[in-house]
Amino acid sequence: MSTSTTPTTPQGKVADFLDERLSISKAIKSNISKVFPDHWSFMLGEVALYSFIILLLSGTYLTLFFKPSMVEVIYNGPYVPLKGVKMSEAFASTLHISFDVRGGLLMRQIHHWAALFFIGAMSIHMFRVFFTGAFRKPRELNWVIGTVLVLLGIVEGFMGYSLPDDLLSGTGLRITQGIIAAVPVVGTYVSFGLFGGEFPGHDVVARFYTLHILLIPGLILALVGAHLMMVWYQKHTQWPGPGRTEGNVVGYRLFPVYTAKAGGFFFVVLGITTLISALVSINPVWMFGPYTPDQVSAGSQPDWYMGFLDGAVRVMPNWEINALGHTLSLNLIVPALVLPGIMTTLLGLYPWIEAWATGDRREHHLLDRPRNAPVRTALGVMSISFYLMLWISGANDIIAQTFRLSINQITVALRVLLFVVPPLMFMLTKRWCLSLQRRDREKVLHGHETGRILRLPHGEFVEIHAPLSLEEQAEILGKMDVAPMALPAATDANGVAQPAAWKARMQAKLSQWFYGANVSLPTRAELLEAQSHFEHADALEVEATNRHRTYEAVGGVLLAPTEDGSSRH
Amino acid sequence: MAEHSNLPASPDAGGHDEAAHGALDYGTRDERGRFILPLEEHHQRITDVDPRAAKRAERQVAWLFVAGAACFAGAVAAFVGFSSHELIHVPMLGNVSASNFWLGTLIGLGSFFLGAAAIHWARRLMPGDEAVDYRHSLRGDEDSRASAIEQFKRGAAESGFLSRPLVRRTMLGAMALFPLPLVVLLADLGPAPKEKLRHTMWGDKPATRIINQGSGELVRPEHLAVGGLINAIPEGLEKVEEEAGTQNERAKSSIILVRMNPSEIKAQQGQGWDYQGILAYSKICTHVGCPISLYQQRTHALLCPCHQSTFDLSDAGRVVFGPAARHMPQLRIGVDSEGYLVSLGDFAEPVGPSFWERG
Ligand code: HEM
Ligand code: FES
Repeated sequence: MSTSTTPTTPQGKVADFLDERLSISKAIKSNISKVFPDHWSFMLGEVALYSFIILLLSGTYLTLFFKPSMVEVIYNGPYVPLKGVKMSEAFASTLHISFDVRGGLLMRQIHHWAALFFIGAMSIHMFRVFFTGAFRKPRELNWVIGTVLVLLGIVEGFMGYSLPDDLLSGTGLRITQGIIAAVPVVGTYVSFGLFGGEFPGHDVVARFYTLHILLIPGLILALVGAHLMMVWYQKHTQWPGPGRTEGNVVGYRLFPVYTAKAGGFFFVVLGITTLISALVSINPVWMFGPYTPDQVSAGSQPDWYMGFLDGAVRVMPNWEINALGHTLSLNLIVPALVLPGIMTTLLGLYPWIEAWATGDRREHHLLDRPRNAPVRTALGVMSISFYLMLWISGANDIIAQTFRLSINQITVALRVLLFVVPPLMFMLTKRWCLSLQRRDREKVLHGHETGRILRLPHGEFVEIHAPLSLEEQAEILGKMDVAPMALPAATDANGVAQPAAWKARMQAKLSQWFYGANVSLPTRAELLEAQSHFEHADALEVEATNRHRTYEAVGGVLLAPTEDGSSRH
Repeated sequence: MAEHSNLPASPDAGGHDEAAHGALDYGTRDERGRFILPLEEHHQRITDVDPRAAKRAERQVAWLFVAGAACFAGAVAAFVGFSSHELIHVPMLGNVSASNFWLGTLIGLGSFFLGAAAIHWARRLMPGDEAVDYRHSLRGDEDSRASAIEQFKRGAAESGFLSRPLVRRTMLGAMALFPLPLVVLLADLGPAPKEKLRHTMWGDKPATRIINQGSGELVRPEHLAVGGLINAIPEGLEKVEEEAGTQNERAKSSIILVRMNPSEIKAQQGQGWDYQGILAYSKICTHVGCPISLYQQRTHALLCPCHQSTFDLSDAGRVVFGPAARHMPQLRIGVDSEGYLVSLGDFAEPVGPSFWERG
């Protein structure tokens, strides 16, 4: 074009080359100054992302040395206790990585720690999104992607854990095989397909390897990409605060502040993961030995993210139906398939469940503080406590040993607690949220207690309250003040019953349950009055302080001036 | 309920009509009842007002970068300097691999310093004021929506998808069959189960000798005292494994032998399946297949380490507790002419976890 400028610097030439082929100037122009809100809880997703990147890098390194084969070899490496022992090539190569390759053990430990952090960070990130209501319209689809990512992460972690073919991972595979075989109709065939015949066969490590390094990471990568693109396009939610509205985003620009912070944070996560991997041993497979189906190491525990499934399987009663020549193992199907199925379905559908219950189908870009949505928060705590009870059940033998109780009693107690604790947590959380709301209201109107006591002229002692800072006020006052749906009349204007209204009535009741107990915000008049009150108290104190020298101070108590200016005590 | 507009509050609902300091007016509320308070004024960091502080921050950032670089160089030295077998003693950790310790510590610290430097730089020296962006409606405007629908309809009409049912139906039919060959291709992942799960090598011969799994020796009744337990396998198992190249047979035919006073035996799965108080049971848990060998001789309880199912071996292997639904299968045993313990035939039922066809 006639008006185009010709760059002279090398950078300029590169940019020009790219722009003339890919129009990068347009992309940069519209994205480089994008604003990202800042809050510590927004870093949880970043931790998950960075852990995933660390997994990709460390995993790729491991593939250079790992041999995914179940062919039996005799170990002849430097680890003396296993010299001469028969083992699979997979196990032998894991020993090789750990003992012969410099930095190999470090990479294995980084890979394993990063896997634990990845799934942990995803889970806590998910809690953050849940408790702040960030999943609401228009972000429901990203919530669903997140649910799938957590599931894929768990499957991916389990498969990686199985690769070294040690006694612990083989036991995990054995249990998995037993569960697959319990699936009605197709279970036996699926099990034979997966293991290439009977358990353990000689195929499963190689098959898991392909899934572990190619298929599932590929899926995760694609979904992470979609997840981030959606965050980018829809823009991040933000906390209520000064100047924050549903219509804006307040924070730091992508370039340079956010780039520097996020890039730096990647290295911080990498640094911490590496340090932990240098100092804390994880999965020392040489201590467990190679897998053989007639041995098991007592007290073996799976990685933390499998614990809830293990626990569910442990506390399930031993129901099995044998009829018409078939076996239906409810003792496995219910805890290992039906229960996780229900849990993830409810999780994935929650945005729609809540929208349906509240009737709120608006867009939300400002977050809720957890206390301001007491029912949602209580539902979340209830679900987490249910999960944790299952998780604790996975350690029923350890609990029994530690407290010298019978495993039978512990298991029966856990069965009861599994259904008692979550509703209890619901009630407690809801009350706690409401009392926090009341306290918030109290705080904006009456301010912080300062510990400074003022004695008024007529002898009364008052504590000076300081007004909240602008941020504190904005946070509290940035609460949605919603009225729950009104109950529609059961009869129409002419007094005729309206049977079709039952649905609307149910909705209204649900919405009242959801919002009804919320403490309302103070009115503008109340706030203005509180403000003038603070100003008045302030003035009194300033005056007292100014005259401090002329009045006696009793134990740090300032004496306010009397009308005539003399001190009275 | 309040009106459900999807439109966010107007972009400039907050921030302009109230003084940022001093008294607040509380005059702005969005349509959801929130008070919108004004954006804070520029807040000054010490590095914004004091050039000496800014210079200090600059030096701190540079030092952090230098520390990172030093650690990375040190890591390379550690790689060269330590063989993979050297151990060092680290307080609290004990004797650990020197290479692992130094490589990890130095790479870890180096990354940490590098990251900390960037964050410090951003927080202290880059702009400290918040910027504001505005959101736009995600929903397309009416024109775009109408145009999208119209163009889709045009394409659909041009394709004839609706007006030519013959093409449509045959296409759907072909698409429906498309996955079929792909699924069929998976069939060769493994052989059909057939009766495999119902047999173990104990049934291959009328009498199979029993080998102590630990010592590899043939087992005689006198090897086992009352109250004792032996982990055992069938004679010839190693050869079968060798030929198959798998441990499949071991996963089915491992057993445990226990001996009790014949008077203590309350029940068995078959009349006289013991040999003078010696009982043989499958070692593979009927729950999901963990091998079991935790045995309490006083109560004759066999406890599975995986999910704590407990079986009473004096009472036909009955489930006493836990998630397992079925007793441990018993193997009928006797002695052969040379006085060695042998199995007399196969298990009467499949060992290990349940499966749909088990019945
Ligand atoms: C989403 C991410 C991933 C998770 C959660 C994950 C998890 C795991 C876990 C827990 C192990 C067992 C490590 C041990 O203690 O030995 C493992 C092993 C392994 N992973 Fe991954 N992994 C992931 C991605 C990858 C990727 C992308 C690759 C390769 C490109 C990879 C390659 C390997 C290899 C080769 C092993 C076996 C090495 C060994 O055990 O020594 N992983 N994985
Ligand atoms: S495998 Fe034995 S109790 Fe589960």
